[in-house]
Amino acid sequence: MNMVLKTRLYGKTYAFSSIKEVLAKASELKSGDCLAGVAAESTLQRIAAKVVLSELTVKDLRENPVVPYEEDSITRLIQDDIDENVYNRVKNWSLAELREWILSQSTTSEMIMEVSKGLTSEVISGVSKIMGNLDLIYAGRKIHITATCNTTIGGEGVLATRLQPNHPVDDVKGVMASTLEGLSYGIGDAVLGLNPAIDTVDSTLSIWKVLGDIKGRYSIPTQTCVLSHVTTQMEALKKGGKADLCFQSIAGSQKACEAFGISVEMLEEAKNMFLENGTAKGENVMYFETGQASELSSSAHYDSDQVTMECRCYGMARHYKPFLVNTVVGFMGPEYIYDTKQLIRAGLEDVFNGHLHGIPMGCDICYTNHMPTDQNDAETLAVLLANAGCHYVMGLPQGDDVMLMYQSTGYHDDAALREITHKRPIKEFEEWLNKWGIWEDGHLGRNAGDPTIFLKK
Amino acid sequence: MSEEIRDITQMSMMDMVDYSGINNPDELRKLKERTPARIGIGHTGARYKTLPMLRFLADQAAASDAVFTEVDEAVIKKLGVFEVKTKCSSKYEMLTRPDWGRIFDEDQKQIIKEKCVANPQVQIYFGDGLCSPSIGANIPDLYPAIRKGLEYENVTVGTPFFVRYCRVNTARTIAPLLGAKVTCTLIGERPGLLTSESMSAYITYNARPDMLESEYTVVSNISRHGIPPVEAAAHIVDLILEILEKKKSGVNLS
Repeated sequence: MNMVLKTRLYGKTYAFSSIKEVLAKASELKSGDCLAGVAAESTLQRIAAKVVLSELTVKDLRENPVVPYEEDSITRLIQDDIDENVYNRVKNWSLAELREWILSQSTTSEMIMEVSKGLTSEVISGVSKIMGNLDLIYAGRKIHITATCNTTIGGEGVLATRLQPNHPVDDVKGVMASTLEGLSYGIGDAVLGLNPAIDTVDSTLSIWKVLGDIKGRYSIPTQTCVLSHVTTQMEALKKGGKADLCFQSIAGSQKACEAFGISVEMLEEAKNMFLENGTAKGENVMYFETGQASELSSSAHYDSDQVTMECRCYGMARHYKPFLVNTVVGFMGPEYIYDTKQLIRAGLEDVFNGHLHGIPMGCDICYTNHMPTDQNDAETLAVLLANAGCHYVMGLPQGDDVMLMYQSTGYHDDAALREITHKRPIKEFEEWLNKWGIWEDGHLGRNAGDPTIFLKK
Repeated sequence: MSEEIRDITQMSMMDMVDYSGINNPDELRKLKERTPARIGIGHTGARYKTLPMLRFLADQAAASDAVFTEVDEAVIKKLGVFEVKTKCSSKYEMLTRPDWGRIFDEDQKQIIKEKCVANPQVQIYFGDGLCSPSIGANIPDLYPAIRKGLEYENVTVGTPFFVRYCRVNTARTIAPLLGAKVTCTLIGERPGLLTSESMSAYITYNARPDMLESEYTVVSNISRHGIPPVEAAAHIVDLILEILEKKKSGVNLS
């Protein structure tokens, strides 16, 4: 069977030279793909690429990874993890068939998760390119992926939150202040997770201790994490520090991972260390962050589009059975995701594509001040994602990160999202909130917004 | 009517506290003092009170405007320097084409060559970068102090100029063009909500097209809200002297 990479629209012929080119040209407009020189040259060419893509099979896409198997450890990881029995069952499906099967009312979350095991990241990227925004929401909302660290994320009707109490100089009292405030709005069931200003073993140890002490003192059913480099956390663990989750930013090619100072083996080692010496009760101990175009920013994208490279991050992530994965969707800058339209599309793509890989996907719904966007855009995307099955979102004091200098979703926003969409915190955490009068009957309770309730004698 | 509503941006964030319904107001005050984060701001339902909401909008608007507005020609004139621009012809191009924000067309290169003293030990120039107000807010104090400090140590300083639509990597073109040993790019940095007039100094020895990013020595957060310009200048002078002496910069320096 031979692949056809040519079609006609309104009588005009559109021919493509490779599957990689079809994938790139079929992508919705992103400034990063323009910068990389791989974007469609016209809107009709983009649609022609989608037409061609819809007729390609699961097998075509698996057999044509955007980075060769021999050259790249991430491609090898993704290909070798494929369940051959499942793959053989679906390999002759066209992407159009795969799309319609996913959207069908008779296709359940369990069925999608089973088929997921036979899909490479290129297949998943491909199917998302023939889905509209509402398709991504419609399909995403029925997928539930559970994972267990101390508590279990991914329950139906749950919208979890990461409490992000960053401070310009990692002042422990400042971190504590933001953490208590966040807890008082019902934030922090996914993780209490800080981005350190200073990436050192000592700083990691001192923040692990603050977060661990708060978790212990108030018996909070959640998990803790400091988002320093994985090697820093491994050193801190060796020095006797305690944390539940191991964090690392990842990218979709070996070369891009090398720019982050990581490898497949290093993450395996880190995971085993945390399983053995960390404080998690469950088997899911990894937390990964991603973001479209991190590969392009290190010139390690192999002339592939940013959605496909992002998907390969999820293909890599699922190998480690993570507890959390989130895209930091608007952090990379306007040269990669320019405006609101591109931001919204990227957020919906990333969360859906993560789900289709079988990972509990969240989103840092954010923007930098050099994008032509504002808080209203973040709020809009938050409402869309809360309805698209997004497993968790970030919670920051009024959405402002005073260390990383960008804006995300605020403590108040998360509480409002839960109320609007009738979603709840993770069960044990909800019970804990209830005890403190923070969350009652599906909305903020009598003590909400008062961090001093934790400080009374 | 001469009455006007108070300037909410002049209110200290430390005073942006809402004590209504708080069990222990003293403790809230103490928590607030420990972080510049927007905590203790109260709520109505699951939404913000009006004042903190408006203050956030004002701070974000200032940050956004800092990126998207142009440096006024009057500001450049007042600094007494000439102006060139990179290959970009708008803010849009500057934001989406980082590859153009580091290179110049031939005519611009000619202007730089004609107007500048050749082969200085140190070449200093200013760039709008991601924060236009940072030029007017910091350069009048920052640049003369650096120049004076270097000349006191008998270091020759080249002719300063302003680059519109400037990225840090313009240094890779400027240094070989003028034969400068050290380049110091004073450039606006991406604004946050705490300040929208900060700049950074990127200093490098022997800047060239194939240099590594890690060869830049960076002093960031220069503004009246961070490291004050005069204090930053003293630090920058020390760094430049060290770089000249060791003939290397960035991570190689330590």
